[in-house]
Amino acid sequence: MTLTPVLTERWNQPDSYTRRGYERGGGYKALRKALQRAPGDLVEAVKDSGLRGRGGAGFPTGMKWGFIPSQDPASAKPVYLVVNADESEPGTCKDIPLMMADPHLLLEGVIISSYAIGAHKAFIYVRGEVLHVYRRLMKAVEEAYEAGYLGSDILGSGFDLDVVVHAGAGAYICGEETALLDSLEGRRGQPRLKPPFPAVAGLYASPTVINNVETIASVPAIVDNGVDWFRSMGTEKSPGFGIFSLSGHVANPGQYEAPLGITLRELLELAGGMRPGRELKFWTPGGSSTPMLTADHLDVPLDFEGMAGVGTMLGTRALQIFDDSTCVVRATSRWVDFYKHESCGKCTPCREGFWWMVQIFERLEKGEGTEADLDKLLDMSDNIAGRSFCALADGGVAPVTSSITYFRDEYIAHFENGGCPFDPEASTLFASEKVSATR
Amino acid sequence: MSVQGRDDEETNERMSSEPVTQLGEQARAEMLEIVARYPEAQSALLPMLHLVQAYEGYVTPAGIEMCAEVLGITEAEVAAVATFYTMYKRRPVGEYHVGVCTNTLCAIMGGDRIWEDLSGHLGIGHDETTEDGKISLERVECNAACDFAPVMVVNWEFADNQTPESARELVDRLRGGEQVSSTRGPRVCSWKQAERILAGFGDDAADEGVQAGPASLVGRELADERGWTAPQGGQQAIEGRGEKK
Repeated sequence: MTLTPVLTERWNQPDSYTRRGYERGGGYKALRKALQRAPGDLVEAVKDSGLRGRGGAGFPTGMKWGFIPSQDPASAKPVYLVVNADESEPGTCKDIPLMMADPHLLLEGVIISSYAIGAHKAFIYVRGEVLHVYRRLMKAVEEAYEAGYLGSDILGSGFDLDVVVHAGAGAYICGEETALLDSLEGRRGQPRLKPPFPAVAGLYASPTVINNVETIASVPAIVDNGVDWFRSMGTEKSPGFGIFSLSGHVANPGQYEAPLGITLRELLELAGGMRPGRELKFWTPGGSSTPMLTADHLDVPLDFEGMAGVGTMLGTRALQIFDDSTCVVRATSRWVDFYKHESCGKCTPCREGFWWMVQIFERLEKGEGTEADLDKLLDMSDNIAGRSFCALADGGVAPVTSSITYFRDEYIAHFENGGCPFDPEASTLFASEKVSATR
Repeated sequence: MSVQGRDDEETNERMSSEPVTQLGEQARAEMLEIVARYPEAQSALLPMLHLVQAYEGYVTPAGIEMCAEVLGITEAEVAAVATFYTMYKRRPVGEYHVGVCTNTLCAIMGGDRIWEDLSGHLGIGHDETTEDGKISLERVECNAACDFAPVMVVNWEFADNQTPESARELVDRLRGGEQVSSTRGPRVCSWKQAERILAGFGDDAADEGVQAGPASLVGRELADERGWTAPQGGQQAIEGRGEKK
């Protein structure tokens, strides 16, 4: 399978982030086409394209848009579009480079999507810890107002839209859509009980669509090139293209945009394979919240169905790849630290459960655990997952259960060895640099 | 732990009188400007707290008071929000706040070593500041730059592909007052300036730095090298997808 740069098409132009650079490559052409069409047509087109949310869950985008209720104009509440740009799932690193290199692509998607769902105010909620991305977005919004792509009567269409770029303040949980809404309302970012779903009662209890950056950025190309074009890539149930982010012990980590359904074997070939002298041990298909896989899964299609078929999820296509120098217990332990740190504290199983798991992992890593601890971890996982308001709980137990499934012997080796049998130095990047320097 | 260096006289003076605040009429006017961006006022709270840090360096009692007053909510409500988010600090940080990613992937790729080395070199731990007030350290969670691992951030600008040596050199240069640029972004500004930008009061540095770092471009450049493109609009894909349908 070949790479298909669409979202990443302009990234190699030095001025890709400017309005001029964007327009030179055909930017804002799709907006002109969209404004000639009825909003309902655009919702139908996105439905027909089969575009599924690129933020992890893979919910059909057009269907989400379709949930916005039709309102009596006399008493209508405003409709909002909120872009989830709070990219913070461990391993996920696609939206940040997209917004840094091509913020106008996101903006064009925002304008078209807002027109389609009838929103006149849109928010881009970007995590706070990426200052330069925030600068680029602010500048792009300013340029879009100057060019008449934002504001009132956009390109003479009669359609009005204002966009606010909003910086978060450091909280993984705000990537969860209802926690994001609470945060955007100026509160602690804690998830809401659903229903009501945001389409009915979202931001300020008004109808709201929340989509990931990459999802919204895919919309202009669908409008411009058509539904058939989009469906000519990917698979029937997972159509289109997506950015695959390869990180870890691969020769050339980075962003690879390809049709959904490509395999890790194919991607690894493109990325120059594993680092010299080492073999693939385990990997996450879509961030730390998606159960890990091993070298046995190199040929499973990276699409929603393929990943579900092997007990995991496509997630955000955040392929964190670890070689045989890596201790899976250490990796999992650190992920559990993360979920403990990021639990918002609302639900007891998540707040208390990860706190206890961290204690157990400290023991395990020191070689002071027992096999009973592994059973306890699995039992706790059962009591955390599905028993909390949001998916953070489910995500947090994913590395625990999957690592015990595939590497139970390695956990046991820690007890027998009286500690970790791996040299952490060997898995660092400097270790391989030292090796190549002495060659 | 270490705190920002202040002489005893100043410390005594601060303890014996009302706390000095940098927040005045200008800050209040800017807070009202932030409020005006939103349909409902309280949405302004997160950027307002960034603005408090732009003036004060951290979230001070005076900052909490002013936010509460401007929004017409209680100080307890503001404090509840301020303590939820990790970017809001409860005591002064350095002029350069340095984050080392120690989430799993970066930790394994070398982040743990960088952290230990840097912490030893500076003589400070997590959430601590050097005596000269120049550098503070934080173990940060995943900052969405895993393809550039091991990653650090300085005042929320990326410092990609670090080693223990490069990390030490970076903080030494910052302490020495040298101008330092992000590997992808612009010149690194001060902590307070960065917080001002996050409150929505931008500077003119958007055009500085590259459009994309090397790792962001590997796939794009490989496609060019091999002559691969997405299908042309309105046509069927030429190769390969039939069998999966």
